[in-house]
This record gives sequence, structure tokens and C-alpha cells, in this order.
Amino acid sequence: MNLLIKGGRVIDPSQGIDGTFDILVENGLVKEVGSMLPAPAGTETVDAAGLIVTPGLVDMHVHLRDPGLEYKEDIVSGTKAAAAGGFTTVACMPNTKPVNDNKAVTSYIIAKAQNEGVVNVVPVGAITQGSKGEALAEMGDLKEAGCVAVSDDGHPVTNSELMRRALEYAKGMGIMVISHAEDLSLVGDGVMNEGFTATELGLKGIPWAAEDAAVARDVYLAECTASPLHVAHISTAGSVRIIRNAKARGVKVSCETAPHYFSLTDDAVRGYNTNAKMNPPLRGAAAVAAIKEGLRDGTIDAIATDHAPHHLDEKDVEFNIALNGIVGLETSLPLSLKLVEEGVLTLPALVEKMSCNPARILGLDRGTLKVGAVADLTVIDPNAAWTVTAEGLASKSKNSPWLGEPMKGGAAYTIVGGKIVYQR
Amino acid sequence: MGFKHKDIIGLQGLTREEIELLLDTAENMKEIMGRDIKKVPTLRGKTVVNLFYEASTRTRTSFEIAAKRLSADTINISASTSSVTKGETLSDTARNVLAMKPDIIVMRHAASGAHHYLAQRVSCSVINAGDGAHEHPSQGLLDMLTMRQKFGRLEGLKVAIVGDITHSRVARSDIFGLTTMGAQVCLAGPPTMMPPGIERLGNVVVCSDMREAISGADVVMMLRIQLERQGKTLLPTLREYARYYGLNPEKLKLAKPEAIVMHPGPINRGVELSSYVADGDQSAILTQVENGVAVRMAMLYHVSGGELPTA
Ligand SMILES: [Zn+2]
Repeated sequence: MNLLIKGGRVIDPSQGIDGTFDILVENGLVKEVGSMLPAPAGTETVDAAGLIVTPGLVDMHVHLRDPGLEYKEDIVSGTKAAAAGGFTTVACMPNTKPVNDNKAVTSYIIAKAQNEGVVNVVPVGAITQGSKGEALAEMGDLKEAGCVAVSDDGHPVTNSELMRRALEYAKGMGIMVISHAEDLSLVGDGVMNEGFTATELGLKGIPWAAEDAAVARDVYLAECTASPLHVAHISTAGSVRIIRNAKARGVKVSCETAPHYFSLTDDAVRGYNTNAKMNPPLRGAAAVAAIKEGLRDGTIDAIATDHAPHHLDEKDVEFNIALNGIVGLETSLPLSLKLVEEGVLTLPALVEKMSCNPARILGLDRGTLKVGAVADLTVIDPNAAWTVTAEGLASKSKNSPWLGEPMKGGAAYTIVGGKIVYQR
Repeated sequence: MGFKHKDIIGLQGLTREEIELLLDTAENMKEIMGRDIKKVPTLRGKTVVNLFYEASTRTRTSFEIAAKRLSADTINISASTSSVTKGETLSDTARNVLAMKPDIIVMRHAASGAHHYLAQRVSCSVINAGDGAHEHPSQGLLDMLTMRQKFGRLEGLKVAIVGDITHSRVARSDIFGLTTMGAQVCLAGPPTMMPPGIERLGNVVVCSDMREAISGADVVMMLRIQLERQGKTLLPTLREYARYYGLNPEKLKLAKPEAIVMHPGPINRGVELSSYVADGDQSAILTQVENGVAVRMAMLYHVSGGELPTA
């Protein structure tokens, strides 16, 4: 079936397009971008007047919990949540059960996503076997099976020598390392950001240096091995500064942050709110300002959600023992659109960070509306007004700090390979 | 005025009037304790559950005596925090305890915020007998009662609190209560035990040297060092701790001549306090213990909304 998306504001930074155009999709590919395009017979028309049409959004950091932890999420529910959030491609982290450190798990994820998933799923394999940080995983095999990067996300590779070898080895295999940067000895038994709020609540703090020190180590290892490195979910002013300096020296480093790190501070923990417990933890106002500055000046390449579904029973407990993480696929777009409203990013810059850059970093042929490209598109309604509710979330898990909060903006249509997979 | 809260989770957020009411009631309770028959029927027919996830014979006994003097039925439950890892959650335990139809749950728990969690889920009153490094309101109240008895007021007092502030729920309750009442609080301790932003909690000054904190103080509050918790990273040796942050007669001379010395107990003798100070004239440590029962009677009384017995 063919599709004509008429009269939207088309923003495609990959071609420097920002204007009112029609897009004709034929056989799952972008056929033409232009004005007053006629609709061939049998073409469905989408009226995009007043809406924004962009290359499909790419979330380079999600947890789909499948295989093994399907009570939290699975590939079907997770990709439905992605589609509802406007994402056409998601990269899923390997901390499944078993860990995605081998071809069999990778193949399972790819096959299930192709058969039952709603959006594209690209798996991230583990850096080390079992993500235990002891021996390198078979990165060659992982890449061949379809992994687009490797990461022990959830755990840092604590052994610096092993991290160095991982970067070298991955370079040889042509696969990129994504670092979860955290110095565990500095984290200790901390459960939230170290600072006034933690002091007042009597909760053990995690210093920002626990992230900064680990980011610095990994950046220097990337420099020393001349290997590309991507740093996941940065949350501190130090991380921004270290990566900014590294980029200026020519180190091949990229990084992402998540909407909660530019939308919330550790004040959200008050009341021992376990839906504000995540790793890295929510930081203070100065860190939020530094993250926004990093987004503005291009130090931060991508906005990823770190979508981390957890069952209610894992959050409805004392703060100390609650699991880390929040769901994020369905709130990312409105929270990120706020950056445009605040003047931190232009709309094209936002599209770069949510589509073009993550696609480029992962080496995917996505993030563009060039003629002939796969027709993955997101049609955004910047004014859609809605409220986050547990029932309204497509994700199996409801661990969002924004439950009950009003949101502005969201996906009007999510189109994958020319097919509408979500419509508001 | 009456006491309007279902629970007492902490001293933070209580008004000056509410704290005064609790302290005044505690004075009345002390009067009852001076009688031949130390028991009043105020809470007859009410059930108080002491739910202790952390061992604390002193605090538990004190709450139990307080409840019994008010004629309440008391049930003691010792739960192990480790049962959490065995699958029993706090909400499961709460449900089981609620089946006993208690009027008041007195809980001690290792997790900061555990009482906040419980109070939101049960209809009965919850009294915090210590949660992690957060609050220990009954200790804070008995400390304030002890100071008020000695000086007749709390406003304008200079109170030095010395030791491990980071891990101390006593310090937090003292700080919240005392600053609400208009006292000035000076803190001292190794920087490894001083949490960031603590000075923002109110009229609080952080001193780098213990001598500075206790100079001219009306009250010197020495905190217990948790020997098992400090490990090797927060301080080098107890010997050095005692030398720089312990209270001996010579350092005590820096405080006002009429100053009192307090300690939430149990004391590590020779570490926080030399025995001369612990057992000396200025020590108010035993008065603190005595005031503990009266304060806890006042807390039980006010959350239950009962009638104060007339003498
Ligand atoms: Zn991570």
C-alpha cells in the first residue's frame, strides 16, 4: 500500500530540509519529497497540515526485557510502546535473561521482533560474557548475528585492562562499545544523588564523581586505543565537560542523555518516590543546566530513553531496595519538545538528536527521508495535549515519574517501512 | 490546640506549637510517673504493636513501658530486615500486622523512608522509632525535653552536635526540632561523616574543629560512632577519633560552665566520651533515658487522640 503524507512541516536534517512538503511513499520506500504531489491510484493520504514530519525516531537505549523478564515487558509490548512514543527503531540492551552475549539470543530477538514486533529492533550485545566483566564476549559472532553495538549496560566494566581490550577488539570487529560509566566503589550502597536532598531524607548519596571518573577513564581508553566509544545516559556536568574536551581533541566519542536528566532534579525523590529512582540518579539543578548546555552546543549527540520497565512489586517497596529505572518511550517526545520551547534546541537539532545521530552512531540506514530510503517516518503533533496515566501507557510496566502529569506534544502517526503502526 | 497528625514520622514539618504541646504533655506524663501507681487508663482497650526490624532493646522497652503506663495492650514483633530478601515485603508485613487491628504501630526500620511508606498504606497511626539515617523523633523530643528542663527554654540555646552526622537519625531529628524551636545548632565531625548541604536544614553551622563547635555551647551532644559501620574508610582509628572528636574534661571547659553533656547511648566509653565526662556532674545522659518514657507516652497519647487524665 502506498502513502501520501500531505502538507506537513518536513524536517530532515540529513538533507537540510525544513519546509512544507508532501512525501510520497511507495513499496515501503520514500519515493518523492515535493510540493503538491499527486496521489497515484490506491494511495492512502495522511493530512499532515499543522504537523511535523521527520525521519522515524531512533531510540538507541531501551530495555525490552525479552527474553527472560517478560513480566516487565516483552518485544511486542515494548515495540508498541515505542510506536506510541513515535519511535520507528529501538536498540535493546543485552541485560536480558540470559544475557545477550551470544548468537542464539541475538537471533531470537531479531526473529521475534520481525515476526511480532511493531517497530524495528536492533539488538546490542554484551561486551563481556554474561556481562560479568571477566572475559570478552564473542563480538564477531554477535555482530554477524545482527548486533549493532556492544554494552554491559547496567554494569560498568570495572577492570580497566579488560575495557581497554574490549575497545581494541571491538574496533577490529567493526562494532562499537557503549559504556555504562560508573565507578562502583564510589557508588557504594548509595541510592540517590549525593546532595542536600539525600542529606535531608537520610538516604545514602552517590557522588557525581562516580560517573565523571568512569567517563574520564573510558574516554582516555578510547583515546589510547583510537577506538570509537559511545557513553550511555550521561547525567553530570563533569561528563559533559570531559566529553566536550575529548571531542575537541579529536577523540572518537559520542554520548547520549535521557529526558529525565534534563527534566527532573533529585527533588523528585522527595516522599521517597521510587519512580524517581534510577541509575545514574537524578542530579541537582546545576547538572540539569549543564546537560542542557551539552545538548545545545552539540556535545551530547543523542537523546535516548533508557526505557527501563519494572513491575509494580519491584517499585512498591522501601526506597533502598526499589529497582532502578523508569519507562520512557512514551514520554520522551513531549519532554524533548520542551527543549525547543525553552530555546535549548531548534526543531531540526532535536530531530538530529532523536533520529539522525542515533542512526549514524549505530551505523543504521535510518534517520533520513532521502529518496529511496526506507520509509520510517514520525508525524509529530506538537500541540497534542494528553495526560500520562498507567492505563494509557502501552508498556507493560507503569513506572513513570510523570503519572498524572500533563504532556504537550506526541506522535500523531508512526510509520515503519511505509506502514502506519501507530495513530493517535 | 490539639495534635492533628495521624502519625509521627519525624520532627521535620512539626510546628513550634506542636513540639511544645508534645513536650508539655511529656511533663504531665512525668508527673504520672512520680505517682505510687504509675498507670493511667488513657489508652485502655487500644493495641500498640512494636514492630522492630532492627534490634534496639532500649527504644523498644521504652515504648513498651510507655504504652503499658497508658494501659494499652502491647505486642512486640521482631522482624529481621533480612526477611525482605527472603521475599517478605514491608507491605506484606504491614498487612499481617493490620490483621491484628492495632491502633498504633511503633516501627524501627533500617530503611530511610520506611515509615513514610507504611503510613501511606495503613489507617492506624504510625510512630517512627528510627528509620535508617533519616529521623528518630522520640529521641529528638527527649533530647529537647532534657534541655528545656535544664534551661527553661530552647530558644537561643547553642547546641553542639559532634560526631557522625551523616549516618545519624538522632542528629537529623535534633536539628529539625531544635531549629524549629529557635536554637542554634553547631555541627562538628570528620568531613567523611558530614553530609553535603546539612547547613541548609535551618539555623545550622558546620564547624571544622570540634573546639569551635563546643565553645560557649549550652549543650554538647555527642553522637555514637557505629563501630561496625564505619569500616576503614571513614576514619583511621578509634584512637585518633577520640583524640580529635571525643569529649574530655579539658575540652568541655570550652562550653559554658553550666553546659550539659548528652549522648543518645549506648556510649563507647573512651571514644565519644571519657568516663569522667560520661559520669560527671554535667552529664545529662541518665535524665535523657528517664525522659524517654515520658516523651513516648506523650507521642502515643497524641496520635491516639485520647483524653489527658486530670490529676
Ligand atoms: Zn546503563
